[in-house]
Amino acid sequence: MLPIRAEAVDYAAGGVPILRGVTLTLEAGPPCLIIGPNGAGKSVLLRLLHGLLRPAAGRITPAAAIRGAMVFQRPVLLRRSVLGNLRYPLALAGLGREEQARRAAAALDRVGLAALAHRPARRLSGGEQQRLALARAAALAPDVLFLDEPCASLDPAATRAVEAIIAGIAAEGCKIVMTTHDLGQARRLAGEVVFLNRGRVVEQSPAAAFFAGPASAEAAAFLRGELLW
Amino acid sequence: MGDLGSAVLAAIALIRDGDPAMLGILGLSLRVSLTALGIAALVGLPLGALLAVARFPGRHALVIGLNALMGLPPVVAGLLIYLLLSRSGPLGRFGLLFTPTAMVIAQAALIAPILAALSRGVLEALWEEYADQLRSFGAGPWRAVPTLLWDGRFALLTVLLAGFGRAAAEVGAVMVVGGNIEGFTRTMTTAIALETSKGDLPLALALGLVLMAIVLGVNMLAQALREAAGRGGA
Repeated sequence: MLPIRAEAVDYAAGGVPILRGVTLTLEAGPPCLIIGPNGAGKSVLLRLLHGLLRPAAGRITPAAAIRGAMVFQRPVLLRRSVLGNLRYPLALAGLGREEQARRAAAALDRVGLAALAHRPARRLSGGEQQRLALARAAALAPDVLFLDEPCASLDPAATRAVEAIIAGIAAEGCKIVMTTHDLGQARRLAGEVVFLNRGRVVEQSPAAAFFAGPASAEAAAFLRGELLW
Repeated sequence: MGDLGSAVLAAIALIRDGDPAMLGILGLSLRVSLTALGIAALVGLPLGALLAVARFPGRHALVIGLNALMGLPPVVAGLLIYLLLSRSGPLGRFGLLFTPTAMVIAQAALIAPILAALSRGVLEALWEEYADQLRSFGAGPWRAVPTLLWDGRFALLTVLLAGFGRAAAEVGAVMVVGGNIEGFTRTMTTAIALETSKGDLPLALALGLVLMAIVLGVNMLAQALREAAGRGGA
């Protein structure tokens, strides 16, 4: 699936432009963190790259219906057991029952939910639910995994667990593309940064360079904690 | 008052002794309504799920039509099935009029739109929640139908119970197409109507008490299921 290229992508909702002329390339490599103020269009960009939304103008390649896997800000868990949730997309992907069971068990171990395999998924805590959603997406073995603010509603302990899982998935060679409004999290996880402001990609830089000294005045102001408009 | 009091006592005696005529009527009623429910569910639930996920021209009109059919008077449903099944009707050669089969068909026709309309509402809410995630897994609306039917199973059970309650309690449709023939097509509701007009209040009351107990039980079950589903949706 990689590299994924967005070329001059526009997107509007109800006549309101959300993204304008977005051009960027996602290559295999360390996690890419998409940061920027609320309303910058981070979630929409993620959905466009994943394939849930279609650009109003411009194009995204490769032209697949769905690119990679995705975990949403509020995990969408099926009204089934933890194990049932893990197996559902694997069955949908056409994997045999043995392979489903093998991958589901490995995924449960990875996120530390093996003891809860037979619990109804929707009775898990918020952190457990997000870990399950991550495990479910990672079990598909995608080469790119989109994460939309996966820690937005989690406490620090749960955030720490989720970040460790994300780092583990990245270490296996899966490209992580993730939005966050938490600059500390971006510093902890990012290999590269895409800075988005008011629907435009202001810069795409290696994380170390970005945090040491961003190329744009907007990003510099954002890092100083100023409100951008 | 004395008449009513003695009628109630006689009714209780009929229930206590398991009066064979009463049990026969009860058994037929349950058989007809449950069979109708099964048939209506096979049609109505998938239709409701399809309407919840599919977007096509005319969908809106179909939804409005189904909602309107929820209020279809049973006696009108009975009349339509009567016209279909009567000797000169399109299905007349099967000789089904005034049989339990005719009553099943009429009740199924009566409650299938109810099941479809109610399940559409339930499943549309579920689809709103699931749509992005299922598309992310590569499942389109068609593949989503069985997923929604399974994941909405608790809510759908209450829909089924609502349909059963409607079928068991209606009198118009089974009266028109069944004919209220003693020992053959006489159900609880048609028997109550007949016995009341004949003045045999004890049997009418006994059947009425049983019918109310069934409807009450069904509603309690529905409520318990709603609460169980609300506690976490399993």
